[in-house]
Amino acid sequence: MNPMLFAPELGLLFGSLLLFFLSISEHGGVQARKFTLAVALISLVAAFASFGQQGTLFYAAYKVDHFSQLFKLLIVAGLVVVLLFSVDLKGVDKDVRPEYYLFLLLSTLGLVMLVSCVELLSFFIALELSSYSLYLLVPMRDDRTGVRGQMEAAIKYILFGVVATGVMLFGMSYLFGLTGTTYFSELLPKLHALGSEPTALVGIVMVMGGFFYKLGVFPFHFWVPDVYQGSSNETTAFIASVPKLGAVAMLIRITTLVAPGSEMVINLLMVLAVASMFYGNLAALVQKDIKRMLGFSGIAHAGFVLLGLLTLKESGYATSMYYIFGYVVMNLACFLVICTVSREGENVQIEDLSGLHKRAPLLALTMAVGMFALAGIPPFVGFMGKFMLLAGALNQGHLLLVILAALNTAIAIYYYLSVVRVVFCNDPEERPEVLVGAVTRMVSICLMVIIVAMGVAPTGVLEAATAALRSIL
Amino acid sequence: MDFLIMNNGTPWLSILIFLPLAGALVQMLLPTGNVARLWTLAITVITAAISLPLYFNFDPNTALYQFGEHHVWVPSLNISYTLGIDGISLLLVLLTTLLMPLCVLGSWKYIEKRVKEFMICLLLMESTMLGVFMALDFVLFYILWEAMLIPMYLMIGVWGGPRKTYASIKFFLYTLAGSVMLLVAIIALYLKTGSFSIPQMMGQDYSATFQLWVFLAFFLAFAIKVPMFPFHTWLPAAHVEAPTAGSVILASVLLKMGTYGFLRFCLPITPAAALSLMPYILWLSVAGILYGGFTALAQSDMKKLIAYSSVGHMGFVTLGIFVLNTNGVEGAIIQMINHGITTGALFLCVGMIYERTHSRELSMAKGVGKYMPIYVTFLAFFSLSSLAFPATNSFVGEFLILVGAFAHNKILAACAIPGAVLAAAYMLRMLQKVIWGGTDNPDQSYLKDLSLREIVTLAPLLVFVFWIGLAPKPFMDVMHTSVAHLLTQVHGAQGTAQLAQILLP
Repeated sequence: MNPMLFAPELGLLFGSLLLFFLSISEHGGVQARKFTLAVALISLVAAFASFGQQGTLFYAAYKVDHFSQLFKLLIVAGLVVVLLFSVDLKGVDKDVRPEYYLFLLLSTLGLVMLVSCVELLSFFIALELSSYSLYLLVPMRDDRTGVRGQMEAAIKYILFGVVATGVMLFGMSYLFGLTGTTYFSELLPKLHALGSEPTALVGIVMVMGGFFYKLGVFPFHFWVPDVYQGSSNETTAFIASVPKLGAVAMLIRITTLVAPGSEMVINLLMVLAVASMFYGNLAALVQKDIKRMLGFSGIAHAGFVLLGLLTLKESGYATSMYYIFGYVVMNLACFLVICTVSREGENVQIEDLSGLHKRAPLLALTMAVGMFALAGIPPFVGFMGKFMLLAGALNQGHLLLVILAALNTAIAIYYYLSVVRVVFCNDPEERPEVLVGAVTRMVSICLMVIIVAMGVAPTGVLEAATAALRSIL
Repeated sequence: MDFLIMNNGTPWLSILIFLPLAGALVQMLLPTGNVARLWTLAITVITAAISLPLYFNFDPNTALYQFGEHHVWVPSLNISYTLGIDGISLLLVLLTTLLMPLCVLGSWKYIEKRVKEFMICLLLMESTMLGVFMALDFVLFYILWEAMLIPMYLMIGVWGGPRKTYASIKFFLYTLAGSVMLLVAIIALYLKTGSFSIPQMMGQDYSATFQLWVFLAFFLAFAIKVPMFPFHTWLPAAHVEAPTAGSVILASVLLKMGTYGFLRFCLPITPAAALSLMPYILWLSVAGILYGGFTALAQSDMKKLIAYSSVGHMGFVTLGIFVLNTNGVEGAIIQMINHGITTGALFLCVGMIYERTHSRELSMAKGVGKYMPIYVTFLAFFSLSSLAFPATNSFVGEFLILVGAFAHNKILAACAIPGAVLAAAYMLRMLQKVIWGGTDNPDQSYLKDLSLREIVTLAPLLVFVFWIGLAPKPFMDVMHTSVAHLLTQVHGAQGTAQLAQILLP
């Protein structure tokens, strides 16, 4: 076995083990962050080094290809960014920090493994590894409000998660029953041969349900606002960005199982996309807590991702990948600001950002870029992504869908703009200055540059996504 | 690329777009205050200087797009970076570059807080506005068209007056909501032609219903930008709250983008729809002319007065465009330039009085003439130009438009005439109050007349007022060929009759 095939996973795995020992020692809390950051950076290097590797592991249940390595690289990079700007993990008690980082690494490990899984059971296990670690991160927030909001969030998260998993497992049982195999490579031709057989389609859609839950697609979105609001800012930053990459990767893999020309699945995805967009955008209009608002906006963006999937074409999948990459960067930029503005890890209301342009000009700029990008205003990445998704969907003749999606852009602008308004047009009043560390500055500038660069020069990322897709199609 | 005369050698158009952008990036590293002001002034003056040779090297005998540049941008979607200008956009480009230094001068003292950021916004505006007039690729156009909203929003929202929040959000929402359907129309056109190149979308004989829907999507976006009655309600709010430079840019350049959109997209891409919907749009224009005039007559806030007068003047422009004959369209183009010069100058004038009295109320500015003779001289000439007094620039424009309108439909033109009378009424009313006032004038003796900087700001505009008014030939000459080409594109189109049957009773 070529160890390079498994290098990023190995890095994360050994890192978690060492963190486990750190967590049982007395003074683990102090070094935990530095140690985790080091592990994440090593894994990032490993992910770079193993980029371009190809091969299979574990009785062909685990496939390392261009597609999986691209996602691994981005997932680990996302983790690094979150770790870099969550400087002192304000919302989590000192004595549970080693455990916090342990589960953060394990969750990332689960995601990294997930994108390589090409067998139903192994990807179930990887998914659960990542999900259960996340369920544990949510209630680790300290109980500052006294109402145990984090517990409520965690319970909601795990209950909805278990239901979604149940749906997915049930769907897997259909697929296994129809084809007698759990391997994707064998499922694919057999399911395509079945054509529009309703049982097969129902099975596929139910398996998709598990990832709709991760992505926050209607009707699997109920956990999103409460978990975003109830978790500590850093945890939300992670939940809102990195797992979405894994979810989209797996949704693409599962969508390839759909026999070409299945109107039923396309129509279903269309309905889910429109419902997610309208629900997310309309609910976001009235939010006061910025994390909750970003939660609803995430539901709307999940609807946009489906626009690419429902074309059932390589170009559509590529734009979905482009869109989710962009979305993760935009979201991280916004959460960077939220985490930095929050003084002691408390939730940030939109009002709290008043006069940010005076208190921290760079953060204000980052927020504005992030918000305009999420709203889909050019020249940022959000516009290019939306534009290409709409073009792809219209190319397939879904005119009504495209018009509804375009209308949603107009609805969404209001709440994104309200944040920019508060940041730039309100006076800070009594609110104190925000201290921004050098690393955070660097990270925010990098994120802004990526947001603009991906927006004005989308070709590179698109080609990388297309090349990755070629390896699985 | 047979529609483009390629420019081999220095890419002047790209330099015009990227110089202000680069200036804005460098400005981020510079200190605020006078350094920022001088830097921005230098950049805008250099940009203006670079743009002038475009006029002299422009070949008025061809309808092709000149100074062309073409680079592949996103090959998978056939998006390219294509620039070029013809007789329609040349004057608008020059108007933009020449106005920007004046905007910087006009906000020299007006903007006191966060000067650097304001100047960055100005430079970003210049980049995007120039790009909108030069872009020949629809995606490039749309990106610049939308990106422009961000600096403009910030300009109103941060440096605006007391109701800046309301005005800036209204401005942004209106214009963005109008353009989302434009995006869908662009994609629909792309799927028909396989390219985002604007000239390649022209003259394609799309089916009548397709043209109708595309036209309506275009129309919504551009009519809001112009703004045509009844989409004008964002304009007075935005104008009143915006800082002087913001108002000038808004009135002089941004509004022109709407009418430019009609000329560049609606007419040549969907000619059949344009011809069949022409009567409706013409009457909307007349409604705008009269509505703008009457509302302006009732204003006590000088900025609001000029804002509503803009609604009326832009009504004349759309009237000229949609009568679809040579006089009308040429008059409309020259009137776009005139409105940019005159209204820009009037907003600068209001800004100057506001800097002194901190009020824009007409009643507070009564009797200023006694203490500010130079100021009222300028104001008087610009006001006369605004009401289309003979020998000023607007006379040429409105005259041509009305000639075109009479040739098309006498009743229509007759209905537009009261608009010109109303313009005289509200402008003279304002002049009378500002210069002489009445017997109960507030004490204006503390006012200082214009400084040299302010005279330098206004004087170039005054030169153009008379230049275009007395000798419009150099300005008209560049557009003849392009306008003639545009009109053949429209009238040579197929499918008009069939669509007219559906739409007209």
